[in-house]
Amino acid sequence: MNFDRLKEKLEILADAAKYDVSCSSSGSTRKNKKGALGDSSASGICHTYTEDGRCVSLLKILLTNHCIYDCAYCVSRSSNDIKRAAFTVEEVVDLTINFYRRNYIEGLFLSSGIFKNADTTMERLVRIAKKLRLEENFNGYIHLKSIPGASDDLMQEAALYADRLSVNIEIPTESGLKLLAPEKNRKDMISPMRYIQKGIVQYQDEKKILKKVPKFAPAGQSTQMIVGATNENDLQIIKVADHFYKNFNLKRVYYSGYVPVLEDQRLPSLTTEVPMLRENRLYQSDWLMRFYGFKAEEILDPNVPFLDLEVDPKLSWALRNLHQFPINLQTAEYQLILRIPGIGVKTAQKIVSARRFQILTMDHLKKLGAAVNRAKYFIDFNAGNAYLKYLTDKNFRKLLIGGSSSKFHNQFSQQLSLF
Amino acid sequence: MTTLLYDGSFDGLFTAVFEVFEYRYKDVEIASRERFHQENIFAVIHEVITQPDKSERVLNKLEQNIGKEGVNKLLKVFLSEDPDLENLILSAVKQSVKHPEKNILENFADSDVLKISKICKSVDRERHRMTAFVRFEKMQDGVFFSKIDPDFNVLPLIRKHFYNRYQDQKWMIYDLRRNYGLLYDLATCDFFYPDEKIDINNYQQKFHDEEKSYQVLWQRYFTKTNIVERKNMKLHIQHVPKRYWKYLTEKW
Ligand code: SF4
Repeated sequence: MNFDRLKEKLEILADAAKYDVSCSSSGSTRKNKKGALGDSSASGICHTYTEDGRCVSLLKILLTNHCIYDCAYCVSRSSNDIKRAAFTVEEVVDLTINFYRRNYIEGLFLSSGIFKNADTTMERLVRIAKKLRLEENFNGYIHLKSIPGASDDLMQEAALYADRLSVNIEIPTESGLKLLAPEKNRKDMISPMRYIQKGIVQYQDEKKILKKVPKFAPAGQSTQMIVGATNENDLQIIKVADHFYKNFNLKRVYYSGYVPVLEDQRLPSLTTEVPMLRENRLYQSDWLMRFYGFKAEEILDPNVPFLDLEVDPKLSWALRNLHQFPINLQTAEYQLILRIPGIGVKTAQKIVSARRFQILTMDHLKKLGAAVNRAKYFIDFNAGNAYLKYLTDKNFRKLLIGGSSSKFHNQFSQQLSLF
Repeated sequence: MTTLLYDGSFDGLFTAVFEVFEYRYKDVEIASRERFHQENIFAVIHEVITQPDKSERVLNKLEQNIGKEGVNKLLKVFLSEDPDLENLILSAVKQSVKHPEKNILENFADSDVLKISKICKSVDRERHRMTAFVRFEKMQDGVFFSKIDPDFNVLPLIRKHFYNRYQDQKWMIYDLRRNYGLLYDLATCDFFYPDEKIDINNYQQKFHDEEKSYQVLWQRYFTKTNIVERKNMKLHIQHVPKRYWKYLTEKW
């Protein structure tokens, strides 16, 4: 193997893949077979973090950054004058295995520019996954990015060897996509997703009856949307995400704040800041939908279709729904306790378990890990709570922001621990 | 006041716990011989001789009351090397004997239980970080070697993880601070305790020929996958605290 050439390719093709944020390795269990390599556990492991604070769990690369298309937001687009490179199948396999053996990564996340047509490209991606599984006996995580327009047969094969598949819909609205990626169409992007979704449902049915069914995309599907490249609002984005969660059983929707790297009149100028706080708020909203039992319609007020940048979406919901508070810690249902600002899933569980032993006080709440500076205004204890008088105060919002906004201002990322 | 001195082993500790009940000691503390400095000159010393059958009886009883998971939590407290670990464990056992029908480890409003739960959280975090931050380096003899120096004694907690993961390569994880390690030789996966500290001078000269190349590839990957426009070192350091950097190939 020519090491210098390989290094150069890796630099180019990692650089080109870095804007894709859907890189988690969770949600799949692929037990190691005796004497083989690798084991995927459901929780996933971040082996390191980049200097921008994102987790590195997978070797995330493009197979090639040659592309016949010219999507405005993409560095690999054909009209962009950059160095091009392409890995061979063997090179990708070798890098994956050797990185995995050293415990650098959980597996591979492979995506690609479209170098000839959808099927030729997809076929190459599938070949890599197949070689890893069948020849190298590799049981680590494999995430393949499906190529829009790839045929059902190839998607079928991909799902047999990969843990997760994704098609990035990139631009949340159809009109936005038309503007920035005129050669792509939404139908081509969605049809492979539909195919995989059907396959997954069928797999789950068969598994109920038969013991041994080959795994079919066990970690499901995910997608990614670029935020801020076109002028959609947050309500639209959340609605699209909700639609995918509900109708495609998507495991994750990722939001990627647009990083202006290309000059194009259709795009925000190069001096535009990356909308990181907005991106963070979208992730927080997404969490509310997936773990806190919030409905998409509850998160945003249709009259104000953008997320509040000053307060997190749960607090924002609470401020719009003060009549739902205070919530009694000793008696309220778990689902309601989850809605108290400053109380996360773990703390809520602890509360429900500790209150069986004794009557809880503010002091306990602090010890159980709640962000009491926010939570204290929304809670009733059996022994009463002096802070409740502020709940009806006209300036309540101000009071709250005064106490908590600084923390949110310069530190934003999708991987912040939320709430 | 009676002080029970034990040999520092897990079985020794639970033998001591057994004897607290056996001799009905009321005002009592347990301390490991190695770490014991007599401060309370009025304390009566009771030397504990480790007896696995005694410790097993306590552990079995505990498992009935607080489940496997509960016993596992106490093991984590033991591995935390917390100065107060013996007495936290004793407190938990006492409470559990008093309320056998409840899982007393869920009574988070009790200060000892809360401390146990906090310690478990820290140990779990360290355990998780070790599964993430172990970096193997391939040696001339084909063994993938890794050195660690965790704040808590987590090697026993990561054995299964690495055993499941790497079955077709020989590997070794060595705890520099505690001077013992784990070795998988394609057949068994066991702890080893060298008589002398493993010498890691000239260590790089014993690398396999291809090792340096893959390290460089990984370092280049790490650099290139960063988005400069989003650089946020504060967040970076929050995720990868500096004390771990010495493990990490990408932080060369
Ligand atoms: S098809 Fe994909 S790789 Fe090609 S320009 Fe569009 S987004 Fe980029």
